[in-house]
Amino acid sequence: MTDPATAAPAADSSDDRPGRTSNRRNVERNLLALAFVIGILAYATVDIVVLGGLSPDFGVAIAVFGALLVVAHIGVRILAPFADPFILPAVVMLNILGLVMIHRLDLADQLRAQANGTELPRADAEAQFTWLMLAVGLFVLTLLLIRDHRRLQRYTYTAALVGVILLLLPLVPGIGTSINGATLWIQVGPFSFQPSELSKILLTIFFAGYLVLKRESMAIVRTKVMGLGIPRGRDLGPIVVAWAFALVVLALEKDLGTALMFFGLFVVMVYVATGRRSWLVIGAGLLVIGGLLGYLVFSHVQLRVNIWLDTWSYAQDESFQLAQGLFGLASGGLLGSGWGSGYPQFVPFAKSDFIAAAIGEELGLTGMFAVILLYAIVVERGFRAAVAVRDPFGKLLAVGLSSVLALQTFVVIGGVTRLIPLTGLTTPFLAYGGSALLANWITVALLLRISDRARRPAPDATPLTEVQAIDVAGGDGR
Amino acid sequence: MSELALTLLRLGFLFLLWVFVFLVVSALRRDLAAPSSSPVAGLAVAGQGGPRTSRRKAKQTASKLVVIEGNLSGTVIPLGSSPVTMGRAADCTLVLDDDYASSHHCRLYPHENAWVVEDLGSTNGTWIDRTRVTGPTVLAMGQPLRIGRTVVELRT
Repeated sequence: MTDPATAAPAADSSDDRPGRTSNRRNVERNLLALAFVIGILAYATVDIVVLGGLSPDFGVAIAVFGALLVVAHIGVRILAPFADPFILPAVVMLNILGLVMIHRLDLADQLRAQANGTELPRADAEAQFTWLMLAVGLFVLTLLLIRDHRRLQRYTYTAALVGVILLLLPLVPGIGTSINGATLWIQVGPFSFQPSELSKILLTIFFAGYLVLKRESMAIVRTKVMGLGIPRGRDLGPIVVAWAFALVVLALEKDLGTALMFFGLFVVMVYVATGRRSWLVIGAGLLVIGGLLGYLVFSHVQLRVNIWLDTWSYAQDESFQLAQGLFGLASGGLLGSGWGSGYPQFVPFAKSDFIAAAIGEELGLTGMFAVILLYAIVVERGFRAAVAVRDPFGKLLAVGLSSVLALQTFVVIGGVTRLIPLTGLTTPFLAYGGSALLANWITVALLLRISDRARRPAPDATPLTEVQAIDVAGGDGR
Repeated sequence: MSELALTLLRLGFLFLLWVFVFLVVSALRRDLAAPSSSPVAGLAVAGQGGPRTSRRKAKQTASKLVVIEGNLSGTVIPLGSSPVTMGRAADCTLVLDDDYASSHHCRLYPHENAWVVEDLGSTNGTWIDRTRVTGPTVLAMGQPLRIGRTVVELRT
């Protein structure tokens, strides 16, 4: 690959902007191309190993996917030319790994159905691919509609209202449906949607808008206990409300993961907004209290904790999934079995909840680390945008959005690897699930929008030369 | 397919995946290093057609403005050849989130190899050390400039 800094095309140099602030879109293009090649290789390997030859729609899938990448990249080039060049390639790489793994599990399901003589199951990879097309469309649309992230601040309370309604929508009888114990989906006609995925973005917008206004008072410290400044009682209100809300979600929707994610998000954002460590301690305390309450009151929380602490006693029934996932990870070892050579299909819900285990089995610890690093890169770039952007709302929004991804990844992969109790959250970008894919691509679009703002060389639209001319004359530059 | 070919494919894929990760990380490192190491080169290009030499000398003295105290603490503004305005208004270069700052508080502009600070009629004043800025004043490297509860300084 050529060094993009030196190989910047003439189009860039005709700009009056210096080479240093070249927007590095070519880096993005090259990385996307590499991700694409890696994806083709993975796809071909799966087909050759499992089927003995390429599947019939191999060429079409590759071509459509390539076109999709071109659309996303050109969209960024036009709509957010100074956006961070690393977020999109990392996200695309994760998406590719997820798609290929879902396709690989599809093939395993089909082979099993053939052997049993039952009806062939539908290909989930195709559905996921359709969702991905929609997601990339929404990604470009978000970049197009939201030209300045600061405009979102106006909708602080609207976002809160819509976010909460979306979160509670599955509880409405008639449209809410329970799948595998958690009431997280709404069903309208043939479509099922998981509204909590969208509400995580809306609530992040709300938290950011709210904390920009309130952080001054929330940072006020009256008394100190053991070196920790304890905030005033009245400032504790919002965090208690967030906590109670998380518990309500936990109780009514039986969804540990979402509750954990929202509460964690709020604690992180309050901490970032105020810079007071005491909020972290208070958050951790409330989490412990909430966890204990949940454990004592709800049987499904007890079950989750029990199978976490004592997986092997339940390995044949309740923790079958977790145990199978661990077996898979163990058989994958350091280098993995290779695409198509493992048995990830033995784990129930390998395409959604346990896709991390499937990746760990076929790509091994080495591949798993690469995946985790890709997440780390996305999150780090998000934080970087937060540091660089100049308005406080954008800072908080970028921190919040990246934290959601980080928390989600931690909760899922931590659960699969038995670091923490297993909770139902989707692995961002990897797992099968349309609503999550849409929401995560919108998140990426917002992060790119903020980083575009942050990296744009001249914050004002004033032409650079004009400012210089006035400046040389010693007049007023504004 | 033979065992050997499968093993090669398996290891080759992991290798490529890591190549991707490393390429991202190395490009990212260049990106992190960019603001501190290469502004001189970058701004020299920007100065085409202008009084290039004088501007370049100004760069050698200060290349960035760092917020060292206040809400925005840690923020770095790369200095170019254009003036930097500070204040609470959204159109300022450095938008301060500081109740003690005025909307257009002060302006920092390069003049004869130095950066000059000028108060824009702020309520609480702009201070260099403990002296209030009344007219255009040269801001030396590392000298704390106080705007409300925010303190900024020039760095190389």
